[in-house]
Amino acid sequence: MSERILDIKNLEINFHTYAGDVKAIRDVSFHLDKGETLAIVGESGSGKSVTTKSLMGLLANNAEVVGGSIMYHDQDILKKSEKEMQSIRGKDIAMIFQDPMTSLDPTMKIGQQIAEPLIKHKKMEKKKAWAQALDILKLVGIVNPEKRINEYPHQFSGGMRQRIVIAIALVCYPEVLIADEPTTALDVTIQAQILDLMKELQSKIETSIIFITHDLGVVAGMADRVAVMYAGKIVEYGTVDEIFYNPQHPYTWGLLNSMPTLSSTLLEAIPGTPPDLLDPPKGDAFAARSAYAMKIDVEKQPPFFKVSDTHYAATWLLHPDAPKVTPPSEIVRRQKLFSQMNANKSVRA
Amino acid sequence: MRKYLLKRVFYMVLTLFLVATITFFLMKLMPGTPYSNQEKMTPQQIRIMNEQYGLNKPVWLQYLIYLGGMLHGDLGTSFQYSNQPVSYLISSRIGASAQLGFQAMVFGVFFGIIIGSIAAINRNTWIDTLCTILSIIGKSVPNFVLAVLLQFYIALKLGWFPIADWGGFSYTVLPTIALGVGPLAETARFIRTGMVDVLNSDYIELARAKGLTKFGIVYHHALRNSLIPLVTLIGPYTVALMTGSMVIENIFSIPGIGEQFVKSITTNDYPTIMGVTMLFSAGLVVVILLTDIVYGIIDPRIRLSGNGD
Ligand SMILES: Nc1ncnc2c1ncn2[C@@H]1O[C@H](COP(=O)(O)OP(=O)(O)OP(=O)(O)O)[C@@H](O)[C@H]1O
Ligand SMILES: [Mg+2]
Repeated sequence: MSERILDIKNLEINFHTYAGDVKAIRDVSFHLDKGETLAIVGESGSGKSVTTKSLMGLLANNAEVVGGSIMYHDQDILKKSEKEMQSIRGKDIAMIFQDPMTSLDPTMKIGQQIAEPLIKHKKMEKKKAWAQALDILKLVGIVNPEKRINEYPHQFSGGMRQRIVIAIALVCYPEVLIADEPTTALDVTIQAQILDLMKELQSKIETSIIFITHDLGVVAGMADRVAVMYAGKIVEYGTVDEIFYNPQHPYTWGLLNSMPTLSSTLLEAIPGTPPDLLDPPKGDAFAARSAYAMKIDVEKQPPFFKVSDTHYAATWLLHPDAPKVTPPSEIVRRQKLFSQMNANKSVRA
Repeated sequence: MRKYLLKRVFYMVLTLFLVATITFFLMKLMPGTPYSNQEKMTPQQIRIMNEQYGLNKPVWLQYLIYLGGMLHGDLGTSFQYSNQPVSYLISSRIGASAQLGFQAMVFGVFFGIIIGSIAAINRNTWIDTLCTILSIIGKSVPNFVLAVLLQFYIALKLGWFPIADWGGFSYTVLPTIALGVGPLAETARFIRTGMVDVLNSDYIELARAKGLTKFGIVYHHALRNSLIPLVTLIGPYTVALMTGSMVIENIFSIPGIGEQFVKSITTNDYPTIMGVTMLFSAGLVVVILLTDIVYGIIDPRIRLSGNGD
């Protein structure tokens, strides 16, 4: 087994608001191993960004971590002071944000923006830091970097700016890179380029990636493992193949069903809206929107049922006493492919 | 760049010409004459005086004569001050006003930036509330009230600075404060609003994600970006202060131009009104150009040349 870098256990985060406490993260556990890419997927508001911000110690002022732990190697991030977090941020754990148009300082030369983490964390002199900034600019594929290092953000296109944001994140060779919807704001061809770049750099820099997205389409080529989030909880996690071809939770079915594929052009959005996190439902939060909900789903929170060593899903459908249901046809098709893949594997093995 | 500047200078001259024209004719519409005791004067006396000052000529001719004089730097002769040239009147008095206004502006902007930043950084805490209350007070208390308070407590009771008059630097301290509190409050309010926005922006979040300290974030990223909207405020404000404040100059017995200007209006001292107005306008157009240049320096998105680099 590879080295465990992050281990998040039973994380609970509330936001204090005038209306009451928003229970944004509800008992979330997951882990990240060295060199792997973990994708966290889920609809808007499911708690993806809050989760990753807690890893950086960058939660909003009205946030309260009610429970749980975030172990980075053998230290609990939640117990660290702001000062200690400052020495981790940007050096050991770095982050790429969603919108490259707004995440660079419009009044600072990009060279300086890339050099800043080096000056801060490696105590480098400006000149040396700029030299290194130049190297990383080349690495992220900026043409004519000697000239462009002196330019300002508005002189770059969206795709180029996201390359610069990536350069900033990677300049200290962080152990963990968190990418919060890094391509959502970009058009499709640029998206693919940025994803390719991230994969290429991951092998060069040997960083582990947490990749946040609401778009399952980009997950397939990027991630090793996938965690599916819904209403502040992880409802299913497993390897990419397991989530794509042997999904168990009705919410994962819904996500896959609403994703365009080559074989089906029929898109089915999940009906309904996520629950109000001021007062989350008692049982399976997805029950209200699920055609497969049973009585127990509204009464009791389902535990994680083991599907394989790497694959768990929190749905009562996996309970031994549950009636057998037939998932949507697209999911059935996928599950067939999955058993074929497994059959091939066992033949080969 | 050079072409741009030439164009700007042309527009500046055009602006001044328009200001001169409009002021000249508006001034002629003001009720009354320059003579304080006209009732006692015989029609003949009035005719002689009018002739002497060129007031008997048709207005359009007076206007052309004035413009002609102005081109040679001749702003005419004051009616009320024993026939002193207006240019002398202005130059002998502008120094004190300009120094005072400039000092007040530097004082106000400097502390305004500090107080506004502190308020923004500690948004929605008692510190923020305190700063807001202070700047409301600073904006709403008339500066002559503050001036009198300063005179009484700081000068009279404590004796730290002279009460009034115009001598060395120590004479300027109290009037500078009295005059500077307005811009201080205004600046603080501006910076607070701007910085609250900036601190919520994505690039500040990115700066945090880099591991920068709070101070580093404010100093290297937030401040510069919050200063941008302030630049447009400072220029015209400075000109307004430097061309004299009648009340403050009166209270502290400062031989400045502010008092002069007010008197010239009440006495229909046409050449002085024109002179001071033109000075103010000239200051303003120059400052607007400077503002645009500074804007470009602070905000790289608005570099002057406008054609690429
Ligand atoms: N500062 C805050 N105060 C109150 N509620 C908050 C705050 N920040 C986040 N939330 C709530 O927490 C929940 C999770 O938000 P989060 O930003 O993590 O969603 P997300 O999965 O990243 O969605 P998206 O795809 O839109 O980015 C939402 O219901 C949101 O309203
Ligand atoms: Mg988000």
